[in-house]
Amino acid sequence: MSDDQPQALRAEALEALLIEQGLLSAEAVDEVIATYNERVGPMNGARVVARAWVDPAFKARLLADGTAAIAEFAFEGGQTEKLVVVENTDTLHNVVVCTLCSCYPWAVLGLPPKWYKDPAYRSRVVREPRRVLAEFGVHLAEQTRVRVWDSSAEVRYMVLPQRPADSEGLDEAALAARVSRDAMIGVAVL
Amino acid sequence: MDGIHDLGGKHGFGAVIRETDEPVFHARWEARVFAVMRAASAAGVIRNADQFRHAIERIDPLAYLGHGYYGRWLGGIETLLREAGVVDVADLEAAIAARGGDPRAPAAARPDRQPAHIDYQPAAPGSRREGQASARFAPGARFAPGARVRTRATGTAGHTRLPAYARARCGTVIAVHGAWVFPDSNAHGAGENPQHLYTVEFSGRELWGDEAEPGTCVTLDLFEQYLQEVTP
Repeated sequence: MSDDQPQALRAEALEALLIEQGLLSAEAVDEVIATYNERVGPMNGARVVARAWVDPAFKARLLADGTAAIAEFAFEGGQTEKLVVVENTDTLHNVVVCTLCSCYPWAVLGLPPKWYKDPAYRSRVVREPRRVLAEFGVHLAEQTRVRVWDSSAEVRYMVLPQRPADSEGLDEAALAARVSRDAMIGVAVL
Repeated sequence: MDGIHDLGGKHGFGAVIRETDEPVFHARWEARVFAVMRAASAAGVIRNADQFRHAIERIDPLAYLGHGYYGRWLGGIETLLREAGVVDVADLEAAIAARGGDPRAPAAARPDRQPAHIDYQPAAPGSRREGQASARFAPGARFAPGARVRTRATGTAGHTRLPAYARARCGTVIAVHGAWVFPDSNAHGAGENPQHLYTVEFSGRELWGDEAEPGTCVTLDLFEQYLQEVTP
């Protein structure tokens, strides 16, 4: 994925043509890189999860209306017009995909990892979720149901993972540090 | 569109390959593509996400699989910029050659010669998806949670958000989300056609038959026009 492959030159050429026409600023690329490295990423979703773990009233609001509940965090990032948060329990495991493209809740998770956008995950997780989850190291009991959320419209999904058993006494910030991106997609447990 | 993008349930792609310590952008050109996408949106060339997604569906299928996520975006954006007349292919090839590249290297973009089905007006307030359409859409939802529904059996050459693996399948409505812009018309500049959106749950067995893993289900967010009532 270096900058000398044909797509890289084509992107650079397109950028130059748009800059010439005044449709794009030369600083826009650096702004994009800064936004999605520093401000919009899974650290935002982790804060939401940690608050839900420590504040039952917030958790109830989050599960009832994710969009309204995260409004108080004032995240940027787009692609999250309507957020639905789905809770993992002892009897139900949730996992998120977009088989038709790569829809993902940018405001809370940032930009998706490469594997989320690649054909293997998109094709397989709807058909054989238990096998795919096992490859990620998630081995579910037979009696645990698996629900795969295929994001086929503008609703975006985030998984509320179960709180780790050994996290008693941790404050909200310490809990947020324990929450991984993969757990909020549903391909990891904490 | 029955394209390569409709990947749900397809066999043959093997293991999910993960990177350790994956960066947000693997190279600067990926962020360039992101910036170009934003500029094309601001200029009204990309009018809404549906049109952009359909432009990606229309790229070369081999490029779809081989060029990666930002390569697909690049193909979709170039398609729309050329169709809108904002970028001329001769200028683009000259700019590539000026950077020492091969202007005839295989590219993903596939602009129509006459994209008569797309109306390239600059984006105006209300022409995009921002905000739900429910305020402009009075009629009640046809289905309530618990309703059994069957999906449309056929595909379409245009944009749609009903994946092939879930055609002609029965499921249960588990959530009603109000009215939303209809991607199948909005992608083609044929109107927002707002309609109710439902989350429908399908059992693994309904989708995959005897090969389904036990105790699994898939949910999809489906527009009212895709659904019919199942009479018991």
